[in-house]
Amino acid sequence: MIAQQLVNGVLLGATYALFALGFTLMFGVLRVINLTYGFYFSAGALVALWLTRSLGWPIWAALPGAAVTAGGLAVVLDWLLLSRLRRIQAPELSSLMVTLGGVLALYSALTSWLGPDIRRLPPGVISSDAFEVGSIRITAAQLLILGATTVLVAALVALMRGTRLGLAIRAMAEKPDAAQLMGINTARAAATVSFLSGCLAGAGGVLIGLNFNAIHPYMGETMMLRGFVVIIVGGLGDIRGALLAGLALGVIEVLTAGYLSSGLKEAVAFLILVAVLWTRPAGLFGRAVIRRA
Amino acid sequence: MPPWLDDLLWTYQNLVHALGVNGLLALSMYVVLAVGQLSLGQAAFMGLGAYSSALMTLKLKLPFLAVLPLSAVVPVLFALAIGVPTLRLSGVYLAIATIGLGEVLRAAYLNTDLLGGALGLSGIPERAETWMIYGLLALAILALWMVGRSRIGRGMEAMREDETAAQVMGVPVRRYKMGALLASAVLAGVAGCLSAHVSSFISPGEYGFEPAVTILSYALLGGIGTPLAPVLGAWVLTLLPELLRGISDVRLVVNGLIIVVAVLFLPNGLLALRMKRRAA
Repeated sequence: MIAQQLVNGVLLGATYALFALGFTLMFGVLRVINLTYGFYFSAGALVALWLTRSLGWPIWAALPGAAVTAGGLAVVLDWLLLSRLRRIQAPELSSLMVTLGGVLALYSALTSWLGPDIRRLPPGVISSDAFEVGSIRITAAQLLILGATTVLVAALVALMRGTRLGLAIRAMAEKPDAAQLMGINTARAAATVSFLSGCLAGAGGVLIGLNFNAIHPYMGETMMLRGFVVIIVGGLGDIRGALLAGLALGVIEVLTAGYLSSGLKEAVAFLILVAVLWTRPAGLFGRAVIRRA
Repeated sequence: MPPWLDDLLWTYQNLVHALGVNGLLALSMYVVLAVGQLSLGQAAFMGLGAYSSALMTLKLKLPFLAVLPLSAVVPVLFALAIGVPTLRLSGVYLAIATIGLGEVLRAAYLNTDLLGGALGLSGIPERAETWMIYGLLALAILALWMVGRSRIGRGMEAMREDETAAQVMGVPVRRYKMGALLASAVLAGVAGCLSAHVSSFISPGEYGFEPAVTILSYALLGGIGTPLAPVLGAWVLTLLPELLRGISDVRLVVNGLIIVVAVLFLPNGLLALRMKRRAA
């Protein structure tokens, strides 16, 4: 029983980690809490739904298709909402407010277009077989989650650590002005980061949609609470922290739902957030960020 | 009161109440923005005020004149729990924690039997009068106006422009931020209590993410130069869907776009008024 719960928790946590990874990457490089981020999660899930149901794509093709669409959307919205503020170096709260207004408009438009109903992926989009290892059952959807998350995280780390583009992005995260002076095309690096983050969010949306088989326009909004908890516990902009905190949150949620009550999941996540803000505001692995004049 | 005015007020009773309550909510957003912070907990504080006051009326049978001031207690406690750790950090932490508060409270209302779950609480006696709403609104505007013109108001404006510089000049930045957040929680809590006791029914959906952002759009449309401006912003955005029926379907899209346009192109709001002060 406990082993099964732990496995479920780790797999749920893997999607949280994937989702939060893009969020924290966006903050780390672009220095913006981009609240439209949850929208790419919804968009990814809905695009995958459309690809599998209306066009009959198999899930292994729909997942990258949805992720890339969400990434493209992220680039466009970043350009519309944030590029101007970045150019004039507006204060961080202005960019936060712009994305807040943008995301309200986007969700409302999407809901009035598609309706607020919960949609389901067509049956047979993924095999309903489960594999049994000892007393632990793992469904095909969970295996896909594990595989997709591992591949995406490995690809991201390889890109950031092993390529010139990754070096440019890391330089920009360190000091945007200096990076620009060294000849880095910061506008292009910003677009790349938006694209990568959007892809991660979109892929996360598809995987969560598969796991719970419930897709609706506001699913990204409810996901944002987890995103906040993970990136703050892991430390804003910290990729390793986001991975570990995401896995931990998934396990804690599953255990809370299993042994206490499923209604307490959100409350527990939020309590962790507040507790970390009280005790270690820079995140579990971070350096101090307390403002001193 | 002449009969035609009585009729008019009765017909548009809900709208009249909404204008007053939304005015108070706009002010609760204004106080936080005025010190250069962003809190998205206004809807959450409003919900805490509404639920706690409804319970006091329904379960404890307290008189309304006791319930109204007590409705600020729970929101203030939550504001303290969130404000103390976040206000020493950069502004994004307060914004994030307050959005999180809204989400978690919605889940809590949905899952608590005492609070009626998804159905909400109904049968709340309609004890708030129109004059109470507008009296409190007028009082709040007056109080904020006087604070704004005082030495404190000057300090608030200074920290909105440049927090570090203001702190160096001796403005007690932390204390003002905390004071603003608490005042904001009081205003939103009282607004929640009033709205619960005029509509007789409350449900979790009224205090979620959408209302939180809508309240921000009130303040940004009006601008935050004076306390009057956000109230006017709230009135415009409350009346607009009533006047233009076509808009009511896309009301939230409009509210969202107003925030985008206001931040990108009209940083001082529609009413770019500034408070007059004597040189000090």
